[in-house]
Amino acid sequence: MELFTNQILAGISTGAIYACMALAVVMIYQAIDHLNFAQGEMAMFSTFISWQFMQWGVPYWGAFLLTIAFSFAAGIAIERALFRPLAKAPILTQVAGFIALFSIINSSAGLIWDFTIKQYPTPFGSAPFLGSQLISTHQAGMIGVTILLLIALYIFFQYTRVGLAMRAAASLPESARLVGINTSWMIALGWGMAAGIGAIAGILIAPVVFLEPNMMGGVLIYGFAAAVLGGLTSPFGAVVGGFLVGVVENLAGTYIPGVGNELKLPIALALIVTVLVVKPAGLFGRPIVKRV
Amino acid sequence: MTAMLNVKDLRAYYGQVQALHGLSFSLNEGSLTTLLGANGAGKTTTLRAICSMVRSTGAIEFEGAPLTGRSTESIVRLGIAHVPQGRGTFTTMTVEENLQLGAISRKDRPGIVADIERMYEHFPVLKQRYTQQAGTLSGGEQQMLAVARALMLRPRLMLLDEPSFGLAPLVVRDLFKILGKINREDKVTILVVEQNAQLALELADQAYVIETGRIVMSGAAKDIATNEDVRKSYLGY
Amino acid sequence: MTAADEVEVVAEGQAVEAVPKRAMTLGAGTSLTVLALLLIVPLFAKNFIIFQMTMLLIYGLAVLALNILTGGSGQFSLGQSAFYAVGAYTSAILMEQYDVNYALTLPVAGLLCFGAGFLFGQPALRLSGVYLALATFALATAMPQLLKLGYFEKWTGGVQGLVVTKPDAPFGLPISQDMWLYYFTLVITIAIYIFSVNLLRSRSGRAFMAIRDNEIAASAMGVDVALYKTLAFGVSAGITGVAGGLGAIAVQFVAPDSYTINFAIALFLGMVVGGVGWLPGSIVGSAFIIFVPNISESISKGLSGAVFGVLLFMVIFLVPHGARQVAIVSQQLIAKYRKR
Repeated sequence: MELFTNQILAGISTGAIYACMALAVVMIYQAIDHLNFAQGEMAMFSTFISWQFMQWGVPYWGAFLLTIAFSFAAGIAIERALFRPLAKAPILTQVAGFIALFSIINSSAGLIWDFTIKQYPTPFGSAPFLGSQLISTHQAGMIGVTILLLIALYIFFQYTRVGLAMRAAASLPESARLVGINTSWMIALGWGMAAGIGAIAGILIAPVVFLEPNMMGGVLIYGFAAAVLGGLTSPFGAVVGGFLVGVVENLAGTYIPGVGNELKLPIALALIVTVLVVKPAGLFGRPIVKRV
Repeated sequence: MTAMLNVKDLRAYYGQVQALHGLSFSLNEGSLTTLLGANGAGKTTTLRAICSMVRSTGAIEFEGAPLTGRSTESIVRLGIAHVPQGRGTFTTMTVEENLQLGAISRKDRPGIVADIERMYEHFPVLKQRYTQQAGTLSGGEQQMLAVARALMLRPRLMLLDEPSFGLAPLVVRDLFKILGKINREDKVTILVVEQNAQLALELADQAYVIETGRIVMSGAAKDIATNEDVRKSYLGY
Repeated sequence: MTAADEVEVVAEGQAVEAVPKRAMTLGAGTSLTVLALLLIVPLFAKNFIIFQMTMLLIYGLAVLALNILTGGSGQFSLGQSAFYAVGAYTSAILMEQYDVNYALTLPVAGLLCFGAGFLFGQPALRLSGVYLALATFALATAMPQLLKLGYFEKWTGGVQGLVVTKPDAPFGLPISQDMWLYYFTLVITIAIYIFSVNLLRSRSGRAFMAIRDNEIAASAMGVDVALYKTLAFGVSAGITGVAGGLGAIAVQFVAPDSYTINFAIALFLGMVVGGVGWLPGSIVGSAFIIFVPNISESISKGLSGAVFGVLLFMVIFLVPHGARQVAIVSQQLIAKYRKR
């Protein structure tokens, strides 16, 4: 029994990573109605930028804020330059665009900072949290920041005019234009915000998985899975999904025979897909009614 | 009376298919005009062309300012509200959020709050349901909401595309009464596209009849309503 | 984000572009030219080039299969690498452990994968778009790990995989192994291509496309959506399996890490570059995924990924609809030129 609770707790702490990434995923989905496969790489690149700032002597929180600002601007720039021209192209072509972006960012990061693993600092320290051996203070900090971010997003979408406009633009772009919303800029804003959130995710994750160009590969797919599990329209669902995925992954690894580290991912995905077969819109998503 | 909207030689295209073949008409300030015609005649296309939602050539001027080359949202911000076919309600948002969205391009907070109250006076049923999800409203209520949302813009010109569609006759009468009231009291110029010719002609002062992308008849609404040939050839009754 | 059960009403939009039936193939003249090139060039080329052309055909088959699935029936799959792997290992195991003639392994690989695809299509019925992508992604990531499992090692050779013997030309014909294998592959490719074209023109093909364009309407018109969706998965997997078998023979070995998700992504890119749903484009897509990474690496070893990404962007900016767009534009230009 104790092993069980331990695994659950461990799962919750890894789950915080996925929850954070899932938030960024949901953010971009809200804006553009599909998933950006390059999101993880953008987060990784942002994390490297923050590391670089610190190498140049900028203190942690200064680097943190500068990086978020940079990521926000970069997200908007990438959307305007690369994806706005593709807006009228078929969706599959846009997906190819995401893959191309992934390749460019990953390769560039490798060239600029090389592939050796680097340590990344945490402002929360890594002492055991409240005496527990399983959650360090850093992991508790991760969970805390993720929840804060969730609350901030909730307030943004529910109580601000820009948030309302973004929701409208994502929901019914043509109707949004008919009330005077510039839907094109809403998309750019969505990209910027997703990039910023991704940067926060990367900065929180790096102390745990260590900083290197391929650090987000596994994390991103878990983030997607968590977002889908939670329901792509629900940031709250994304966070819950993240924690659930972390727990499921850990339990699968511990209790299902023959499942070593390598099969954890497909098993987790398979379980998520099973949930989706039962609840196609995810746990907290809006059931989608399709009209002909 | 000055012409508020001037449309000259409007041609509109869906891909390679031409839907409007050189339409010309104008709307006087303060008028209530109806655009009639059979299915597929080009009525909806005309409204969409005014709001730059479909590819078109020709000259469209609103209060002297040319609309060509502008995006839909910038045309809307000039003061033209468009209630589209199917209403375009934000079904996942509440009634109140829909109204707030109508005013999203405005900056005067107190004015917006006051206007929302006025909408609730015009349409009491909306006040009852103001926290309800808009998608759960009935057809008639959604149409009221769509009109109210358009009014939140404080538009100078309101375009309505088949507002009677799918609504029971009594509901349509109520709706048209409100439209008349808005036209007279709030001084909003209205262009309403309708298939329900009889009711529309009762409401409007001016009327145009469209057939296969061309205007075939224009004049005072009551003249068109009493013209036997027009009624039989174009309006089917 | 507000209360739980809000319902989102979505007008059924098109995730996959509808390519009309008649536009799905090349005109007769172009087809013959391409065929002639495919027949004649290897006679004058070195063995390594012949090998590359063989791989071109093989990957072309895999992209073709994906085109049938996605461009034909509108189902999105990132899992083709799994079926390719199954086909490859089937051939390898039959050839090396059971001494089966290489040609006979191919129908077995094809049928086995058809069955696997058909079965996978069942649970996939309830998924579409992003959700189906995730499910097929899971399949693709699972496959290399399954192939490494100790339990199967005596058949699969575990992490090291299996070496496959390349066959000689039959009847003692005086041509190299590579050349024989090339023409063998070419015949199979042509046969599958003709089969696919006819499939898409047939009633089944129309059913696929009806499902792709509007699943609800198709169902309302009496199309057995479940049957045709799983059939599409099955056919697509079967063809990919044959391609996998051929690949195993051509490359002369099979190993788990040759069939990762990266391969599935490459096939996807091949489909997009060739033009989704345009069968002849499959070979263009195949050429892209074989040659462009090499070109990228020769331009810059350190930044090969970035160069690849930039080249990919250039292609999709210029021709968002893939090679099919180039074909259409050329046709229009030729028609204009003829009129003069």
